[in-house]
Parts: sequence; structure tokens; C-alpha cells
Amino acid sequence: MTTETLRSAVVRRRAGTFGWTRIRPVLTHLALAAGALVMLYPLIWMVVSSLRPGNEIFREPGLLVRDLEIGNYKVGWNALSEPFTRYLLNSAVVVLGAVLGNLVSCSMAAYAFARLEFTGKKFWFSIMLVTIMLPIHVVIVPQYILFSQAGWINTFLPLVVPKFLATDAFFVFLMVQFIRGIPRELDEAARIDGCGRAGIFLRVILPLMVPALATTTIFTFIWTWNDFFSQLIYLTDPKMYTVPVALRSFVDATASTNWGSMFAMSVVSLVPVFLAFLFGQRFLIKGIATTGIK
Amino acid sequence: MSALGELSTLGRNKPPGQKPGRAGKVKKRDNLAAYLFLSPWLVGLFVITIGPMLASLYLAFTDYNLIQAPEWIGFENFTRMLSDQRLHNSLQVTFTYVFVSVPLQLAVALLLAVVLDRGVRGMAFYRSIFYLPSLLGSSVAIAILWKQVFGTEGLLNQVLAPLGFEGKGWISDPSTALGTLVVLNVWTFGAPMVIFLAGLRQIPAMYYEAASVDGASAFRRFRSITLPLLTPIIFFNLVLQIIHAFQSFTQAFVVSGGTGGPSDSTMFYTLYLYDRGFGNFDMGYASAMAWFLLVIIGVFTAINFIASKYWVFYDD
Repeated sequence: MTTETLRSAVVRRRAGTFGWTRIRPVLTHLALAAGALVMLYPLIWMVVSSLRPGNEIFREPGLLVRDLEIGNYKVGWNALSEPFTRYLLNSAVVVLGAVLGNLVSCSMAAYAFARLEFTGKKFWFSIMLVTIMLPIHVVIVPQYILFSQAGWINTFLPLVVPKFLATDAFFVFLMVQFIRGIPRELDEAARIDGCGRAGIFLRVILPLMVPALATTTIFTFIWTWNDFFSQLIYLTDPKMYTVPVALRSFVDATASTNWGSMFAMSVVSLVPVFLAFLFGQRFLIKGIATTGIK
Repeated sequence: MSALGELSTLGRNKPPGQKPGRAGKVKKRDNLAAYLFLSPWLVGLFVITIGPMLASLYLAFTDYNLIQAPEWIGFENFTRMLSDQRLHNSLQVTFTYVFVSVPLQLAVALLLAVVLDRGVRGMAFYRSIFYLPSLLGSSVAIAILWKQVFGTEGLLNQVLAPLGFEGKGWISDPSTALGTLVVLNVWTFGAPMVIFLAGLRQIPAMYYEAASVDGASAFRRFRSITLPLLTPIIFFNLVLQIIHAFQSFTQAFVVSGGTGGPSDSTMFYTLYLYDRGFGNFDMGYASAMAWFLLVIIGVFTAINFIASKYWVFYDD
């Protein structure tokens, strides 16, 4: 088919459906906006409810707040044996350790897999890929025994030390993919200038892989902040509780009597994740699209 | 390329960027450096992953309560699993959850990806909004929210009341409790949606132009172009989400107050495993359960890979 007939066919088609092509985007937008509202409604409703007096929460499906009530936050903050500040700090320490650990150990392993030739490379690389899909449950019991014999229960060590040993293999994979995209000529140039392997890694590769490091940082931040299973197992002393564990014991302690402050503290616990999402969106979407991490 | 794709092509061809000619010469020089760079990962692999895997395989054949030394009991844990009604129930709950929520979630994800891909204005905005729940969904806070939304006096009943529906306690009723968790999982469709969007962008626009000229309807274009070309991505999402769904824990734990209730209707396999291992310190049995979970996930992944030969279309 020639370009001319193709173009005229397209023009004919456009002309024939003139009304529809005008209306369709509007309908799509309406549907999408409605969908987005349904998706976000529970979240917005939670934030609004956290600002309402307790007895109004059960009567109001709407989002209007008549009397702004910040008492829920005050009550919730001090409802457990420690003020909520303590749990936020505990979570912050764990998250900081995990982020640092993943950045250092995963980037080192990724550099070796992406750039160095060594005996058994294929073998180790496929093992690394397999460990991405390994359920945590197959190792959690012996890990628990190991860490409890080391006297690490009720410390942050079981949550942080494994991250320094690159146990989050999907970040190794993510970084390998990224490094493969960096031109090898840059390595060669650095080598001619007298850089060793460590020099190339530190001065050439690391500065160029900032987007991958950012993705790793944000995902590690959010996942560690949200992680419940391992924090529930290793932290039993209320002084050492992280935010998720504290929230959960809040539910148990207050049963379903105080939804207002329960929502208030839930909102507080989601703020860091939301901020990370806001600032890291660009990297998050790119990271998930290229590697399928979640 | 995804980790899955990489894994399935490993046997077939060399990883990109590895030139066959120079490998031999460079090999010797890099060995020491490579293993130094890999050393944290290798230590982790042996101490945190492979060691504990072997230990848990051993413990699966023992009776162990953390205090007394493990006692070898052969296949007793596994025969006990055969007659453990709560375990059978937890398997049924988990299978139901996986089979219902994963296809639903992927269908919604695909639908929205297709709608958003059509150059909708403000696409980035919608994409972000739809993606947000994927990040929050696994948190305790959302589980608490869910507990209220589907509670007797919860948001859902408040919304339904003016429409004439009689409210009920969705979470306290064993016949609907699991459904609320399915809804929660479908709500987090944003992550697979983003992967679908990336896949849609790989499809050359000229295919659609040619089909339009030939007079193919929108549905026909979707069925004959989009769907076949997207099968590798659908496959990838399917495998990933199934593995993920089998391991669900937090939401069921918080919603049910750690009991898997009402009447074990949300007793996921992982919840029962936690209950045996860390609730009752029945570590041998929990290890046996963990290995059985690994086998289940392995079998499902293998079935997926075998079945993929018949429906996944690689355009190369």
C-alpha cells in the first residue's frame, strides 16, 4: 500500500468518527478519575477519620470534617508503654542500616557479575537469580535459631546484618542490569589511566549508577519500613518495637474501641512511605518496569 | 530483561556483553578481584541462605522445641501433615486465595494498562495514583484500615446502607472474610500494571496502524496484536504474583488478630506455619511445612514454565 492511500484511509476514518474521537477521551478520563477515586477513597477516608471524634467515624462515610479533632494523635502517640517517637526512631535505625547494607553489598556483587570474568561466574549468577524467588519461610526457622544463639533477639542485628551480606538478591540483579548498560570504554579508559578494579568500581561505575542506587534506596526504605514478619519474630521487647509491630500491638491492646487514634497512628506510620513515594516516583516506576520488582 | 527471562535463557546462550575470544585471557587476572567483590554476597549465601536451608531440611525430620536437642523422627512430621486437618484447611484457603486473587489482579492491571497506554493525557498522574496502593498494601496500617472498612460498622456498610443493602460484618463472617483479603490484593494491581505498561510500549505502533487501515476493530486489535505480543509479560507477572500470593502473611495476620479466624477462614499456609513455629515452638514441624511450601511453589512455577510453551509467544 502506498503512503498516499494509507494517509487518505486514515483521514477518511478520522472524518467518519469525528464525534466519537472528541467524546472518547472525555469518557476515558471520567472512567479513570472515578477509578482513581475509588482506589484512593479508603486512604483519604482514613486520614479524615483520624481527625474526627471517635463516635463520628462510624456514622460518616463522607469526607467532611465538622470539628477538627487532633486529640486522636495525642492519645495514640502515648497509648502504648513507650511514646510513638520511640518506635519511629527504632524503625528509622533499622531502615537506615538496611539501606546502607544493601547499597554497599549489592553494588559490590553486581560489579563482579557485570564486569569481571571469573571461574564459576555462570554458576554463581544462576544461583543468585534462583535465590530471588526463594520464600523466606524455608530459612526463617534456622535463621531464628542462629540469631537467638548469637544473643541477637531483641536487637536490630538480625534485621540489618543480612542486608550487609547482599541477601536481597533482586537488587544485585537490578544493579547488574544497570551496569551492563554503562559503556565498557569508560572502564578501559580508567584502566589506561592507572585505575585498578577497585578504582574503576569506586570512581567510574558507582557515580554512573546513581539511578540504580536510588531505586534500591527507595525500595529498601519502603519494604523495610513495611516489613512485619521478621520484625514480629525478632523484636518482642516493647522498647525495641518498630512501627509495624507497635501498630499491631496497638490493635490488640485497644481492641476495636479506639478507631480514631488507631487511624491516627496508622496515618503516622504511612507518612514516610508516602514521602518516599512522592520523591522517588521516577525511580520507583522505572525500577519496577525494567526488573519487575515490587 | 527480567530476572525470569534471564534465568530461562541462561542455558541457551551467553549473557550479553561477554565476548568469547577474550574471556580466556582475562579470566585469570580477575578471579581474585571478583571473589573479593563477591565476598559479602558469598558469606550471606552460605551463612544466611544455604546453611539455614540445609538446617531446615534436617529439622524437618526432627522433633525440636528450641530447648531440648532436636530428635530425629524420620518422616513423622510429613505423615503428621497428611492427617492435619488445620493444615489441609490452610492449603485450601491459600489455593483459593491464589487462584482467585491473582487472575483478578492481573486482569484489572492489564485493562488499566491498555487504557492508560492510549496516550491519555495525565497518564503519569493516573499511573502514580494506581501504583500507590501497591506500596502501602503490605503494611500493617492498611490491614487495620481494611479491618474497619469491612467491619460491621465499617465504611463499606456506610456506603451501602443508603442503597438499601443490609450491612454485615464482612470480616467476622467466615464466608466473606477471605474475599476481603482478595479485594485487598486486587487493590494492589499497580505493580503488575506498571510492568504491563512497559511491555505495551515495546509493541511497534505500525502494527496497530496497519490493522486500523485493514479495518480491524479495537477489540480485534487487542485480541490479535496486543494480547499475543504481551504474553511474555503476562507470563512473567503471573509467575511473580503466584509466588508472591503463596507467601501472603501480614494482611491475614492483622485482620484476624493473628488467629486466621473467623473459624480458620483466613488461615493462610504461612500463618499456620508461623503459629506452629513461633507460636508453639514446634520448629521441626514448621520446617517440614516450609519445605512443603517450597515444593508447592516450585511445582507451580514448573507447571507455569511448561504450560508457557503453549501460550507464550516470543517475537524473535
